[in-house]
Amino acid sequence: MMYDRILVRYGEISTKGRNRNKFIDRLRKSVKRALRDHPNAAIKAERDRMFILLNGEDSEEINRKLKDIFGIQSFSPAVKVDKDLEKMKDAALELFKKIHQPEQTFKISAKRSDKTFELDTNEINSEFGSHILKNIDGLKVDVRNPDVTLQIEIRKEAAYISAETIKGAGGLPAASGGKGMLMLSGGIDSPVAGYLTMKRGLEVEGVHFFSPPFTSERAKQKVLDLSEQLAEVTGQFALHIVPFTEIQQAIHKQIPDNYTMTTTRRMMLRITDALREKEGALAIITGESLGQVASQTLESMFAINEVTTTPIIRPLITMDKLEIMDIAHKIKTHDISIRPYEDCCTVFVPSSPKTKPKLEKVQNFESYFDFEELIQKAVEGTERIIIKPASEREEDPGDALF
Amino acid sequence: MIYFDNSATTKPYRQVLDSFIKVSEEFYGNPSSLHKIGGQAEKLLQQARSQIARLLKVKETEILFTSGGTESNNLAIKGIAAAHRQRGRHIITTSMEHASVHNAIVQLESLGYDITYVKPNSHGIISAESIQNELRDDTILVSVMHVNNEVGTIQPIEEIGMVLKSFPKAFFHVDFVQGIGKVPLNLSNSGVHLATISGHKFHGLKGTGALFVKEGVLLSPLLSGGNQEGKLRSGTENVAGMVAMAKALRMTMELREEKLNQMKSAMGKLRNGISQIKELTIHTPEKNSAPHILNFSIRGWKAETFVHALEAKNIFVSTTSACSSRKKAASRTLLEMGVPVADAESAIRVSLTYSNTEEEAEIVVKAIAETVKQLSEVIKK
Repeated sequence: MMYDRILVRYGEISTKGRNRNKFIDRLRKSVKRALRDHPNAAIKAERDRMFILLNGEDSEEINRKLKDIFGIQSFSPAVKVDKDLEKMKDAALELFKKIHQPEQTFKISAKRSDKTFELDTNEINSEFGSHILKNIDGLKVDVRNPDVTLQIEIRKEAAYISAETIKGAGGLPAASGGKGMLMLSGGIDSPVAGYLTMKRGLEVEGVHFFSPPFTSERAKQKVLDLSEQLAEVTGQFALHIVPFTEIQQAIHKQIPDNYTMTTTRRMMLRITDALREKEGALAIITGESLGQVASQTLESMFAINEVTTTPIIRPLITMDKLEIMDIAHKIKTHDISIRPYEDCCTVFVPSSPKTKPKLEKVQNFESYFDFEELIQKAVEGTERIIIKPASEREEDPGDALF
Repeated sequence: MIYFDNSATTKPYRQVLDSFIKVSEEFYGNPSSLHKIGGQAEKLLQQARSQIARLLKVKETEILFTSGGTESNNLAIKGIAAAHRQRGRHIITTSMEHASVHNAIVQLESLGYDITYVKPNSHGIISAESIQNELRDDTILVSVMHVNNEVGTIQPIEEIGMVLKSFPKAFFHVDFVQGIGKVPLNLSNSGVHLATISGHKFHGLKGTGALFVKEGVLLSPLLSGGNQEGKLRSGTENVAGMVAMAKALRMTMELREEKLNQMKSAMGKLRNGISQIKELTIHTPEKNSAPHILNFSIRGWKAETFVHALEAKNIFVSTTSACSSRKKAASRTLLEMGVPVADAESAIRVSLTYSNTEEEAEIVVKAIAETVKQLSEVIKK
């Protein structure tokens, strides 16, 4: 007997009251997209769980794809059987024989939402447990630390039997909770920050500062490639490319060397904030991690953050570099991020940037020049590109060569 | 014309040549150049790397481009020997490796490394056990070929890899040149640390190759210079050649799906036909052999005479391996298998590819039978 369905348990959605339907609908969309190569699989989203009817599709393959979807707490391949005790016992035994390895221990875990069923959960446990013990030699029960937990769930419409619970990605369904703008430099941190924010259901658009000829096409390509990876979550990713050269030159001319970094960050934040307003987003996301570089000391953040009251989401703020790199490996952005091209953050770094900039000083330095005009110009000159996931990349002309 | 010498080299696919010309003409930049033209070349190189990695089911960062099988084998063997010589100087290999492995190791022997040569059994197989028996605490490298180039036997790489898992200090190198595209090998989790491939053996171009270097394996470079290929292989990258190799590998693997059975039937016809000629002895065992290589002897004549006699009928085969065929020496692999010297000196290798057909095999069998008859008459006189 093969599994005929996968039972999907919602994560925190189940705690959401009135928005529940919207969350479930978003999750259904994510699942549908992830299973687009499995046309026979049907999705049945119910109020408190989702079923994926396999209709002959490969359950292992689908399991692999479900693991990456935000909003799923766990899932179990299962078989549906009529609520007939004998039929259920046969089905349970058959499934158990399929997955059981010699020397493994087991337990039965019954759940009963249909209280009219003839047996209660204790009775189900002992009835099914003894049936399986009787039919398989040398098998032992271990209720504390079993190798296999055979789950029997009795619901109104039928009974479901499954033998494994696979952990999902957790979080909230993609794009179910508003929009934020991610400052995407090309380094290791910002893509991870974007990914973690998406995990909490935010729709994320990227903002990249491009300063030709100080930064090269290759640095831009790197950001495009990172965006392709981030697009895997929702099926597309919008990237804003901001022409930043003129502002950087102005900063260089107007601001004392050791404060250029602080002002540069302030200008980037102002531009991102303006783009945020244009796109109807409500937050800004950065890959900042406390103390990692000069611009990420508490003093720097205080001086930079002053330009806006928009919420700034910093998912990595307390993480160590190694923890961040682990996630970057997992989401396949690490190897792209380490390509050695200079971005706007590295080209203009002064030899000794202030690690403890003073807000009054930076305000004073900036007051001698009208940056607002340049900011407006940069916002107007920004290009917004929609990027498709790497896995759906359309053939570019170079592909004919391969 | 029937070309049955595909283990020596293959004819490049037309589409592969097209890519090579197009890249050479339009994307001639040096991948290290900062400008756009360099950037395009770098992107193509990157794409070639990622395609080859995908086809071999390994990571992009684990593919290192070289000039071919000989360089990859030398880099793997000498690179490990140099980088890990403080830890040990014992190397295990087999007595039937290709010359580019064998002679690289002989060179290390002359530099003071301690070498164990493991012999194949009479079926041309190196057992995992025979490797296990030789492993020592100071063993730093085990180098075993996948498909033998002379007789076509497949070595139990995955079993040897399992054995080596309990010897974490020894690296495992596999010469995968004859196997790639013909006999699948799992590189990502069978204990293999280094694997050599060569473009011209699968319808790519001469002068192109790659070395799979598992993540975390430390090598010393052979070539010093501009630190290309992750500092492991200096020299301006052969972008057009690598794009060509990536395409050739894709096409070969696709053809395998489509034409493997056709090639197997052709091989079946050959084996069957040759086994019925009593003057001939087949050395390639039926079990554990690659589907494209057949080695047999025609006792009493020099193999070279036989090659030229078939050549007169427009059929091209080889005496053992191309690299040793000029030396007129007996096949080393056959001698190691215990085949008598007279047979080993008269060994012929036919090697196929996916475009070969049963009809060609029939013609070749007929031609071989005729040649045997003609040569027998000459000898009788």
